[in-house]
Amino acid sequence: MWDIVSHIFPYAIAFTVPLLAAALGGFFSERSGVVNIGLEGLMVIGNFVCAVTISKLQPSMGQGAIWLGLAMAAAAGLAFSLLHAFASISLCANQVISGTAINMVASALTVFLARTMTGSGNVRITLGFVPFDVPVLCKIPVIGPLVFTKSYATTWLVLAILAISWFVVYKTRFGLRLRACGEHPQTADAAGVNVYRMRYAGVLISGALAGLAGAAILVTFSGEFNGTVAGLGFLAMAALIFGNWKPLGILGATFFFGFAATLANVSQVVPELSKIPGLVLKAFPYVVTILALVLFSKTTQAPKADGEIYEAGKR
Amino acid sequence: MKGLRDLFTALAAVILGLLAGAVLMLAIGANPLEGFSYLFRGGLMNIERIGNTLATATTLTLTGLAMAFAFRTGLFSIGAPGQMLMGGLVATVIGLSLHLPKWEMLTVILLAAMIAGSIWGFIPGYLKARFNVHEVVSTIMLNWIAYWTVYYVIPAHFKANLETESARIPDYASLKVPWLTEMFKGSFINLGVFAAIVAAVVISIILNKTVLGYELKAVGFNRTAAEFAGINVPMNMALSLGISGALAGLAGATFYVGYAVNMQIGVMPSQGMDAIAVALLGANSPLGVVLAALFFGVLHSGKGFMNAMTGIPPEIGDTIIAIIIYFAATSVLFTRLFDGLRARFRRGQ
Amino acid sequence: MDYIVEMLSITKRFPGILANDDISIRLRKGEILALLGENGAGKSTLMSILFGLYKADSGTIRLRGKEVHVSNPNVAGELGIGMVHQHFKLVQNFTVTENIVLGLEPIKGLVVDLKSAARRIKELSETYGLNVDPYAKIEDITVGMQQRVEILKMLYRNAEVLIFDEPTGVLTPQEIDDLMAIMRNLIGEGKSILLITHKLKEIKAIADRCTVIRRGKVIGTVDVADTDEAKMAEMMVGRAVSFSVDKAPRESGEVVLDISGLNVLSGRKTQAVKDLSLQVRYGEILGLAGVDGNGQTELVEALTGLRKTQSGTIRLKGVDVTHATVRARILSGMAHIPEDRQRRGLVLDYSMEDNLVLEVYGLPPFSHGGFLDRKAIRAHADKLMEDFDVRAGEGSLAVARSLSGGNQQKAIVGREIDHDPDVLIAVQPTRGLDVGSIEYIHKRLVEQRDRGKAVLLVSLELDEIMDLSDRIAVMSHGSIVGIVDPKSVTEADVGLMMTGVSREIAKKGEDK
Repeated sequence: MWDIVSHIFPYAIAFTVPLLAAALGGFFSERSGVVNIGLEGLMVIGNFVCAVTISKLQPSMGQGAIWLGLAMAAAAGLAFSLLHAFASISLCANQVISGTAINMVASALTVFLARTMTGSGNVRITLGFVPFDVPVLCKIPVIGPLVFTKSYATTWLVLAILAISWFVVYKTRFGLRLRACGEHPQTADAAGVNVYRMRYAGVLISGALAGLAGAAILVTFSGEFNGTVAGLGFLAMAALIFGNWKPLGILGATFFFGFAATLANVSQVVPELSKIPGLVLKAFPYVVTILALVLFSKTTQAPKADGEIYEAGKR
Repeated sequence: MKGLRDLFTALAAVILGLLAGAVLMLAIGANPLEGFSYLFRGGLMNIERIGNTLATATTLTLTGLAMAFAFRTGLFSIGAPGQMLMGGLVATVIGLSLHLPKWEMLTVILLAAMIAGSIWGFIPGYLKARFNVHEVVSTIMLNWIAYWTVYYVIPAHFKANLETESARIPDYASLKVPWLTEMFKGSFINLGVFAAIVAAVVISIILNKTVLGYELKAVGFNRTAAEFAGINVPMNMALSLGISGALAGLAGATFYVGYAVNMQIGVMPSQGMDAIAVALLGANSPLGVVLAALFFGVLHSGKGFMNAMTGIPPEIGDTIIAIIIYFAATSVLFTRLFDGLRARFRRGQ
Repeated sequence: MDYIVEMLSITKRFPGILANDDISIRLRKGEILALLGENGAGKSTLMSILFGLYKADSGTIRLRGKEVHVSNPNVAGELGIGMVHQHFKLVQNFTVTENIVLGLEPIKGLVVDLKSAARRIKELSETYGLNVDPYAKIEDITVGMQQRVEILKMLYRNAEVLIFDEPTGVLTPQEIDDLMAIMRNLIGEGKSILLITHKLKEIKAIADRCTVIRRGKVIGTVDVADTDEAKMAEMMVGRAVSFSVDKAPRESGEVVLDISGLNVLSGRKTQAVKDLSLQVRYGEILGLAGVDGNGQTELVEALTGLRKTQSGTIRLKGVDVTHATVRARILSGMAHIPEDRQRRGLVLDYSMEDNLVLEVYGLPPFSHGGFLDRKAIRAHADKLMEDFDVRAGEGSLAVARSLSGGNQQKAIVGREIDHDPDVLIAVQPTRGLDVGSIEYIHKRLVEQRDRGKAVLLVSLELDEIMDLSDRIAVMSHGSIVGIVDPKSVTEADVGLMMTGVSREIAKKGEDK
């Protein structure tokens, strides 16, 4: 039993990390008051851009290409999310529809471009992050083998982002104003805060983080772009709700989902698990998500103005 | 006036989407005029192609109606793909297991598909009504559950030779009929086209002329007022998504045992997502949905031809559709433009 | 003359409405200038321009003689102008300190320095007698205290000119007195105050001068000491206004609505209604007085079926309807004019004719066998709109959203009265309406009572309750504190009861 758990843990963490990054993106966006359903599409964009960057630059840059790929993915996600921000903030479009449009454009556009590049619609990379054991820390009993072995660079990057996010949103001026925009934009407006600018910031940050998330998938366990991230963007949204829009809660929720999803993925390798029918394992994360939503949707504390269109001058 | 404004907005979105498509074609070094010419000819050039366009439009009309209905009642259900899969699965299973004369067969299949889809829609509706679960996330989760269900059930019990698809549907279980197929010279057209038309009419009647429609729209516009009026809001929500699911389930039947001759696994039907575009473009009205579905039918039918003749990847069709939705979503810009033009027109008179 | 603020020839247009038409007002240093006008006259718009929330189409603003451009609330703050809004601009789950410093946060390195801000707030609070806890969360403090937080916001920013927008709507009579004392304090410390209100009594109590605005134009400015309420009312409305309602005394009949031992939880799981018992009789208007937030909303929701009860019974015409559906109660003779006409009372995107059958669309003659009968619905709407003087551009086809607040409310009142209910529960039926509409609706409510029906009038405007009711039940902290005869108590008495105090006074004026 312990063997299975310690075997799975590193994979679970690797799976959790992109979810966490995307969910943090959703966190910034929704805290500012904008629902971002387009996380899925933004992850695909990040995935694609990172794949292209790495495959093109790998011969000349080697390992550096991966880091550049991550940066480009975040930049691409940020740029693409501008579409969503413009539509839902400046044009007051329905945020759910705008986000869905982003998803559709992202998946169609990336496959279209991929096909022109490789002919098959997939982009394979042969260079990714290599899992490593953190020196010293991996020797700690219990936690060592669980958390500090076979970890990826992106894991630590995203955890750092988590800490920074918590600090920024709860301790800084920017964070106070951001949260005000998500709770009661009229108050923020009357206090002289530019609600539009804050919400743009929230959405753009979510785009960058979602792009990063998509790239993280690529360089850790996926290895190729194939047009989809299998619903992970939506899982991230569910994690946001499950985590009650708080960073620590999101960490817990994403890890829970990560663990559930990993069970399915590693079932072939683990003899005890391969006895469970494939359907159950594969559907498990999605069923669990629904159950989590059922349990937690009634008592959630979404930012009060989340999803509401804000028009200055409306009393 | 509202109809005219919706039409204007739709046309504006379409034109902008096509323009964006043209830009993309240029970007990869192709000739947009040539590309579009083959794209549209591919859908309309001869009677066979028209048949294919109609067949594609059939499924899109039904999923579009499903979306429009849900949207009208205030629910952002994105569950059409999963509901299609369940409807199609049930249709395929019955088609391969039961043997009845054709008309009985088709009745059973269509009803069963509608029931399956309706259940798959009722679940998120109920979860929303009872537990306030956000229907966007729950419907997407159910999409994936349906996807994996098909993935495992078909190869386990219903395959023929290939691991990735079901056995071929026998003729007595298929929606294709000889006289239609002959009329359209061997295209994919099937009886589903009539189902789609009937469905559009029925939905239109429900929405505009019935007590049920009044209640559903009221809930969609203003839940609080509907509650005040004595309307049972939770039940209406669940019912609405149930009806929407039935439509999508029916769409699944028309696709998997109508358009196609078997069911493939590992594919999330794109008509589910395209349905959002169809509904938006059609301004959530049944007539609009039919027209939008026909337009998209042309795009889908034509993209293969365009690819063959010019090498432009067929995904451009999907990209154009997605961009159209984006513009339809930002339609506020167009409605303002429309109002502005109308005011200027009036002043000039 | 020493004017600290001058707004000269201000004009502001919104789509379809001229809110401010060449308005000029002048505020002297150290005075309280009241801006009097009906709902919708343009006072709030004018002050929003002064505070930088809106930009005037034309006109100038002068501060201490120098022309200024107030482009946003920050600039207003720097110029020393502060505003306490009618609808508080507070973030519910932030603390008092966080709300006050928003937009002007003191920094220590990268972090917001809440501690030093809290200290300053405590000092200010003590100087001005405001008694506010800097670390309390807004959602946990009373409305009166929330208003004091708004005042602190202004003082924190060293405002010299303080604008109060309809500040007394949410306060008990005692809290209103407290507020007046605070205002006198502020004047004593050298501030100047602009008071927006439509309450003549308050103007007489505290203001030095009064500028009257009607339909976007200034009618005149008077010295409050030399002008009586009737004169000010006439300026405000444009004609002589009668303050009392014509109401012949009437014998009330049997009990039609019997509430017994009712307990209801609020949405936040607090005990909103505590063991409440009340009876409403045929042929009477029973007024329910109380400060906002004392359980009236939850009581009405429980009575109409919109909220579950914990225990207790509600009997309508002798039948237990405690657990009946909303629809069942409507069909049994209960009608409801809701507190929030736009959220509850109407589907704004529906046409008027669809709205006017909002509860009865499923019954003949409006529908048969599940299908709607358009002709019947239209005829019904036409008749109602004529009977109740509802004005709309496209008649019964007009979309509800396009009607003015007054006409929307008249339509709702008409719809509910048309049900000919045994009990009509009217909650804030005249909120935000102009005097003409208010008079009209009051008349129809009295008519309902004269025809032998019952009316339960729930209102935050004590004047309205005192004018219309045959009996007044005072509600505080979820229970009925006492029931009095309006002819034998004063507003002050009722005000005291509204705070939950004084059973003695209740006994003094008590009427069975």
